[in-house]
Formats: sequence, C-alpha cells, structure tokens
Amino acid sequence: MVKLPPMDYAAIMPLLILFGAACLGVLIEAFVPRRARNITQLLFSLAAVIAAMVFVVKRAGNVTAANAITAGGAITIDKAALFLQGSLLVLAFVSLLIFGERTLEQGGAFVAQAAVTVGSEKDKEQAAKSLGSTEVYPLALFSLAGMLLFVAANDLLTMFVALEVFSLPLYLLCALARRKRLLSQEAALKYFLLGAYASAFFLFGVALVYGYAKAVDFASIHTAAAVGAGNITLLITGLGLLAIGLLFKVAAAPFHVWTPDVYQGAPTPVTAFMAACTKAAAFGGLIRVLYVGFDGLGWQFTPVLGAIAALTVMVGAVLAVTQTDLKRLLAYSSVANAGYLLIGVLAGGQLGLQSVLFYLVAYGLTVIAAFALITLVRDADGEATHLSRWAGLGARSPLFAGIFTFLLLAFAGIPLTSGFMAKLSVFGAAVDGGQTWLVIFGVISSIILAFPYLRVVVMMWLSEPGESTPSVSLPGVLTSTALGVGTIATLVLGVAPGLLLDLADKAAAFIR
Amino acid sequence: MLSNLWLLIAIPAASAAVLLLAGRKADRWGHWLGVLAPAASFVLGLIAFFGLRDLPGRAAEQTLWTFFKSGDMTIDFGLLFDPLTAVFVLLITGVGSLIHLYAVGYMAHDEGRRRFFGYFNLFVAAMLLLVLGNNYVMLYLGWEGVGLASYLLISFWYNRPSAATAGKKAFLMNRVGDAGFAIAIFLMLAQLGTVNYNQVFSQVGALTTGTVLVLGLLLLLGACGKSGQFPLQAWLPDAMEGPTPVSALIHAATMVTAGVYLIARSNPIFSANSTLQLIVVSVGALTLLMGCIIGAAKDDIKRVLAWSTVSQIGYMFLGVGLGGGAYALAIIHLLAHGFFKANMFLGAGSVMHGMQDQVDIRRFGGLAKYMKITWLTFMMGWLAIIGLPPLSGFFTKEPIIAAAFEQHDAWKSWVFGGAALLGAGLTAFYMTRLFVLTFHGPKRWTDGQHPHESPAVMWIPLVLLAIGSVVAGGLMASPVAKWLEPPLPAAPAEEVHGVLGHTAITVLSLVLTVLGAGLAWALFRRGTALEPQPAGPVVRAARANLYTDAFNEAVFEKPGSWLTRALVYVDNKGIDGVVNGLAALVGGGSGRLRRLQTGFVRSYALSMLAGGVLVLGALLAVRLG
Repeated sequence: MVKLPPMDYAAIMPLLILFGAACLGVLIEAFVPRRARNITQLLFSLAAVIAAMVFVVKRAGNVTAANAITAGGAITIDKAALFLQGSLLVLAFVSLLIFGERTLEQGGAFVAQAAVTVGSEKDKEQAAKSLGSTEVYPLALFSLAGMLLFVAANDLLTMFVALEVFSLPLYLLCALARRKRLLSQEAALKYFLLGAYASAFFLFGVALVYGYAKAVDFASIHTAAAVGAGNITLLITGLGLLAIGLLFKVAAAPFHVWTPDVYQGAPTPVTAFMAACTKAAAFGGLIRVLYVGFDGLGWQFTPVLGAIAALTVMVGAVLAVTQTDLKRLLAYSSVANAGYLLIGVLAGGQLGLQSVLFYLVAYGLTVIAAFALITLVRDADGEATHLSRWAGLGARSPLFAGIFTFLLLAFAGIPLTSGFMAKLSVFGAAVDGGQTWLVIFGVISSIILAFPYLRVVVMMWLSEPGESTPSVSLPGVLTSTALGVGTIATLVLGVAPGLLLDLADKAAAFIR
Repeated sequence: MLSNLWLLIAIPAASAAVLLLAGRKADRWGHWLGVLAPAASFVLGLIAFFGLRDLPGRAAEQTLWTFFKSGDMTIDFGLLFDPLTAVFVLLITGVGSLIHLYAVGYMAHDEGRRRFFGYFNLFVAAMLLLVLGNNYVMLYLGWEGVGLASYLLISFWYNRPSAATAGKKAFLMNRVGDAGFAIAIFLMLAQLGTVNYNQVFSQVGALTTGTVLVLGLLLLLGACGKSGQFPLQAWLPDAMEGPTPVSALIHAATMVTAGVYLIARSNPIFSANSTLQLIVVSVGALTLLMGCIIGAAKDDIKRVLAWSTVSQIGYMFLGVGLGGGAYALAIIHLLAHGFFKANMFLGAGSVMHGMQDQVDIRRFGGLAKYMKITWLTFMMGWLAIIGLPPLSGFFTKEPIIAAAFEQHDAWKSWVFGGAALLGAGLTAFYMTRLFVLTFHGPKRWTDGQHPHESPAVMWIPLVLLAIGSVVAGGLMASPVAKWLEPPLPAAPAEEVHGVLGHTAITVLSLVLTVLGAGLAWALFRRGTALEPQPAGPVVRAARANLYTDAFNEAVFEKPGSWLTRALVYVDNKGIDGVVNGLAALVGGGSGRLRRLQTGFVRSYALSMLAGGVLVLGALLAVRLG
C-alpha cells in the first residue's frame, strides 16, 4: 500500500477543478442532447475557469515560503506560479470565448468528425451542415490544466508529465478545422511528430540530469550543481537537452520550424489559444528550470541561450517580411516575440523575471485579439487570410481595420500600446542585466518586423477595395467580447502599465 | 476653487473636444456651448481671483501629476495661480467670452461655425495652460497649443490660398522663436536641472553672466516670435487672413502678448543682466517705431490694426525691458490694450460685416451715420489708444514713456524716451487717419453697398469692450501695479531722474498726440485718392513693410530653399540608397531563408537535430573553454 504524501488541497484546487471539469465535460458530451451541448459546454468551461481563478486569487493572499511546496515535493505553488496560473486562466478564458462563436459560421470553427476522409461526400456534408465539435472544450480544459501544472512543477518528471498533458489535446485540437481540412490535418500531424521528437530530447535530458544529481527535483539539482562533484559534463548535456525540449515549445529558432505551418493550419481559435497560452506556459516552465534548478550555471548557458535569442529575433523578423498569409505572418511574429522574451529571461534577476511575466500577459491579450479579428474577415470559403485579400479593408470596414491597425502597432511596439511597455521593460531589464548586445539585436529585429506590420496597415488603408476584398462579418457577442477585452487591455496596459507591472514585480519570486 | 485650478483649463478643452468630435449633430447648439465654456472659466477665474486675496503669499501652487521622470529630472504637471496669472486668466476668459459672443453673430452664415468654435475653445484652453503652468515645460505646452490653434484659425478658410499661406507663414516664423524657447528650456535643464519657476529663479544668481545672457536671449527669441517683435514680426499682419474675432482675441488681445508674459514671468532672469535688458528695450523701441511707420502707410483696416498691435506690444517690451517697476506698467498696458484693441478689431469686423467684407479704408468714408454704435465704440478705442486723458491709454502708456526717460545714462534716456514719445505722436497720426477715413469724410464706397448696423449679439460685446476701453486704464493703473508685486519686482525706492521731468514728458506727449491727430484730421478730412499715389522714399519703404519681407526672402528663404534642395539630393542619393539597399538585403535574405521552410517534417526534424547538436556543442565548448 502506497502512502499518499500530505496534500495542500487549497493550493492545488485550481488544478483539481480544471481536471475535474474536463472529465465532467466528457460526460456532458455523452449525456446532454446535441443541440444544447455547445452552450452547456461553453458555460461549464467558463465557469470552471472562473472557479479556478477564484482559488488562485485566494491562494495568492496567503502564500508563504513554508506552504509553497506540496504534494510530496512535486508541485510548487509560489508567487510566480500563481501569477502564471492566473495569467493562463485569463488568457484561456478569452480564448474560450472565440471557441464558442457560432454566428460567423453554422456550427462554429470545428468539425465533429475529423477522421472522415477529406473531400469525400460525407466530409462535404459535415463541412456544410454539422453542428460541429463540442469535445474541444474538455480538450482545451485538459490542456489548460496541464499548463497550470507545468508552470508549478517542482521536479522534472512532473514537468514532463504536465508537458505531455497539455500537448496531446493541442495536437488533437489542431486537426479539427472545419475549413481547409487537409491543411489542418497536416498541421496536427506535423505538430504531433515534432512535438514527440522534442519530448524525447526533454526526457533524455531528465535522464542525464538524474544521472548527475541522483534526483529530479529542482532543489536537489541546484544543490548538486553548487557542490560540483562528479562529471559536470553530464549535467550540462542534460541541461542542453532539457532546453531543446522547452525551446521547441516556446518556438525559438532553430526549433521554431513547426510554428508557421501549425499556426496556419490549426483552427484560428486554437491558434489564438496556442499563441497566448502555450507561450506563457512554456516560458513559465523555462524560467523555472533556469532560475530554480540551474541558476548556478548561469555563466554556462547564458552565451548559448543568448545566441539562440539573437537568432530567434532575427529569423522571426526576417522571415515575416516575405509572408503573404496573415496567420503565417503572425506565426513568425510569435517566433520573434519568443526571442524578445528570451532576452528578458536572460536579463536575469527580479527585473528580468518581472518583465517576462508582464510581457507574457500583454502579448497574449494582444495576440488573441488579433486572431479573433482574423476570424471575422471571411468569404464563401471561410477565413480569407491571404494578405492581398485584406487590401482596402479600411474603406469597407473602418472600425475593424482601425482595431487591427492598433493591434499591429502594438506588435510593432509603438508607444501607448502594451507592446511598447512590454518591449521597453524587457529591453530595460536586459541592459540592467548586462546583456546590451541582445538588446541591440532586439531593436534591429523590431525595426525589421515593423515593416511587415506596416505593410498590412498600408494595404488596408491605402489600397482601393478590389473585387476580391471580402466583407467583414459582424461578430457575435462572444468574439466581440474577446476582441474588445484584448484591444482594451492593449491600450490600458500601454497607458497605465503600472497596474500589472506592480503585480508582476510582487510575483517575481521563486521558491526552491 | 484654488484647489481645483485644472477646471479652468479642462472646461474649454472638454468643450473643444465635444465641438470637434460631435459632428454635424452639434451644429445647432455648438456655438452656444463654445460661448459658455470660456464664460464658465471666467466665473471660476473670478472666484479664484477673490480667493487669492486671503491666501498667505498670494499664490496657489498644485501638482496634478508627474509629467515625466528620467533619472534626476522630474517634470511635474503643475499649476500656479498668483497675481500675474490671475490678471491674465481674467483677461483671457473675460475678453475671450465677449469675443466668443460676438463671433456667434459674425460667423452666423459660415458653414464651419462649429469647427470655428472648437478651435476657438482649444485656443482658450491652451492659453490658460500657458499662463497657469508652474514651470517652463507647462508654459511651452500651452505655447505650442496656442500656436496650433492660431495656425488652424488663421487658415480657417483653408480654401483661400492667401489664408493657407498666411497660416503656414505664421507657423514657420513661430517655429524659429519656439526653437529658441525650447533650447532655453534645455539649457535650464542642463545648467540647473529644473524648469520649475521658483527653483529656476532662486538659482539664477549661481549662473555665470554669459549663461544668463544666452538664456535670456533664447527666451527673448521665443517671445519675439510669439509677439511679432523685430525680427520676427512679419507673420502677424498676414495673420489677419483669419476671421476677425480671431484677430481680436488671438492676434491682438491675448496670444501675441504671451511674449510679454514670458519675459515678465522670467523677470529674475532678465533683471539679472543689464545687457539683456538693454537688448529687450532696443527690440521694443525699434518695433514700436516700425509698427507706427508701417501702420501709417497701410490701407487695409485690419492690417493697420495689426501693425498697431505690433507697435503697442513694442511698448510693452520696452516696459518689461526697463525692469524694476516698469514690469507692472507693461502688464497694465497689456490689459488696457486687450480691451481697446479687441474693441477696435471687433469694430472693424462690424464695419466689414456691413460693407460686404470690404477691408480697404479708401473705400469707406462717412460710415458714422450708418453705424452709430460701431462708430461710437470705435471712437472710444481710438481715443484710448492715442492716449487722450482720461481714457485707458493715457494711464497706461504715459507711465511707460516716463519710465523710458528715467535712466541713469543720458543717451539712453534720450534714445528710448524719445522713441516712445515719437511713437505716441505717430500712433495718434495713423489711428486718426484710420478713424477719419472709415467713419467720416465723403463716401467712397464701391457700387451696391448698403452699410447697416450689426445685430445685437455683435454690438453688445462692442459696447462692453468700449466701456472697458474708457475706464480700465484709470481704474487699474495704480492698484493693479501694487497688486502685481510680487511676483513682479517693486519700483525702487529712490527715484531716478531722467533728462526730462514728469510734467514735461506728459505735456510733450499730449502735444505730440494732438499734433499727430490734428495733422491726420487735416489731411484726410476730405477723403483720399482711391489709387496708390507716388510718394517719397519713406512712404514707399513703409508700404513695403520697411523691406523686412524682402530681407527675409533674400537672406533666409532663398538660401533655405537651396539648402533644402541640397539635402533632398543627399537624402535621395545617399540615405535612401542605404535604406533601400538594406531593405533589399533583408528582403533577399528573407526570400532565401524561406526556402528552408519546405513543409517536410523530415527536414524540420533535421533542422531541429542540427540545432540540438549545435546547442550541445556550444554548451560543452563554453564548459571546456
């Protein structure tokens, strides 16, 4: 009989709620009539996210060094973890709203039977008529719960399990697009294969680190590294392999190759969810590994990770220049943003951590709004994501073109947007942390990246609307809310960043 | 009220925002909102003014928020209400409200009336910010705000090429002055690390003589630009292309006096250097004579008044340049001038209203009979400006002339006192010419003119301003002068005796005034020729603005456009070449890199593997190295 370690249920309540809700969601799928399923699932998932958020906020009030580590040392609910969990819940809440949109297209953005052969009669029928999949909600909840666990994992094995828990549902979600089915299936398969490949690196890294430290929890690894006995090459190699697994998830070059294909092929609500939440979770894990487990080896990995950050910002920016598809463009922009975040991670210290936490939330909200808007520009074949189709949109629909312009300016880091404050805080932290050379790369990359953004702006406003310019569908209340929240947050965090920066400052503390 | 000073600015600013953003829906009531906003600020200003009396130190200062902060430098969004600010606030909102009211009638038939009131309110807000700030950056903020409003209003009728050009000219010439002012602020930050009035003034003593001189000259350059003083006077007469209420409020009563405010506010800086004061006095004396001479040769009713404004502000510069007790004299003249010049501009607008927008005084004549109220009110303005006792001008201009004589050096006494005295005679001449040619003598109208009195909404402000023109000077002269110290310095206890005594100066100036007025009356009583007549060199020079425009064109405009062309060439060939080259490089690199994105999972996996090998290799290299 295995004895259960003592559990602090108050601390892990958000996890329990989300996992429980996901399991119940599967039951709802089985018992609730088809017509009522979507609204039931949506409200149920949103309620679960809110309930989890309540417990996160409650916990944030009385977290101490003594009660942070729980579940037999597998989970650390410290301030940073709570901040990340809270951010993930907020971002997921907004993304779920786009998941639930049904007014743009009958049955929503997802198909019920993703396995039907593409192009067969049955497939055409379901593309046109089916009510769509509602399994997406439990899948998203499973994934979200995995992310919450991932950012709070206190040892490498828990982290690996969490990594798989949040990745597997994502692979599935990617395959469920109602339109452009082949692209969607291809994206899912690629994501799955490469994700499994990256997981292998991670797992092998865990094994090597265990070989050196004889333990997998961060505190022991830290202590073993500090003592420095034994063959340190084992530890360094292990760290390198772990880093590769994590850098894959954050989409840093040269491990970013999956990003454009997957972002383009996945249903746009899922892309929004991945761009915001996966990025936040993966960076949450990365900073925990680097700051808690391996902080003693800073001088070892900083130059290499610095080179990766520099490469990432440049590759993302340069490749964005020639993109002709908006979703791909935003995918490369997401790669470049991973680079900026890495710069913040390498800045180190309280300031670096604070800037990364702020950046994750600011970027996440903006990117969700951007993808929400992309779901609105449609023609008979679904979303019209080719750049040329957006020409003259400003004349057709000035409000949405205006919002998109604002969001692009935020990505470009123009003042009075959250994008500016986020970049400023990350670059400022890096200068303070002695990484000025990275900031130079970051700024050059920002300049290059401004070009593709502004090209979209120019196309929208200065081109005449052509025959092929699609109209902008009026969004339902769900997408409007998501779009509104993202846009307003982008503005508010740009004008009064102090609100969130202070919170991030208080949260920028790990417990080992 | 003193704890809520921001309301003074916020009310007209909010009204401007409503008027400019509300769209056509606001066309029906927008102008009344536009009138109410400055009136509300006036009432609040009065409350604050009376609140000031009981306040220890007679100044209320408050910091709304930190405007920006960088290192040791902190610049606050702070407001200051002291006696100097108070008189400006009351002038801007009081005279401003009357002119707004007048504009309701004047602009009644203009399609853009709502837009006009939006800009007009914007001006009031910016001007109030200018005088209410407690540091130079706030002043600069308002300074640029009034510049913007002035530009928008001069070129209000933007489809008239002359108005559009005049707007640009005003904007560009103001840039020259503004650049000086901006550099002055940078200099303060560099030398003193602060722009707050109190902190700057308390540290002036620590600066070297050279620094104070440079700082003062830069501020003076800014002041000259805004106030149309030599050498930056050329934009002000052209600014008359704007609607007449604009000329009255912005280009006569308030904005153009901002330069005087700047110097008066910075009195510790200017008083600290006698060379600086001499330069200010020289600018004032030169400009006041220039304005008189050119004004006497012009035939456009608004341009005569504009050159008269230039000349009167010259008197004010003379006053602030003399320093000591003369600061207050300049401010009082500024207030009195605000009344009588606004009165005359609105009178001119009323005449134009009745004469189908005719502005040529050779085409008026005999209007007294047809527009009784305009005639009477304009007469009050005319008598006030030429300084006939007991009207305003006598009480405010006379002391400046006397102060100009009270100098230790005899040559200064003669030069500046003489200039001020001569100016008084010339003023009487050209203003009388204007008055007689407009309202008296034979009719010289073009065909189809039916002059008539303006509606009540226009003549009521005229009457109120006329009353102000009559009594303001006498009422304000001594109590306000006393009330203004501090912040302005007090008159020195021992009197300086110039080359002439007070009585002699008064008598002389009255004699010159009567002579000038009599001469003009005799010459123009019977009207004037309708075409320009051949004239001597002085009149020809005056008609050509003393060749200052030609000078500007030859010395600044021509070389400026050459320089621009050269720079454009360098930009096209050099800088654009580099930029385009870089862009091509990035684009090419992007195209090439893109080919790596084949879409095959196997090649993706290979690139990840290669990346992994590199990462591990590098980590181990760092470890071994």
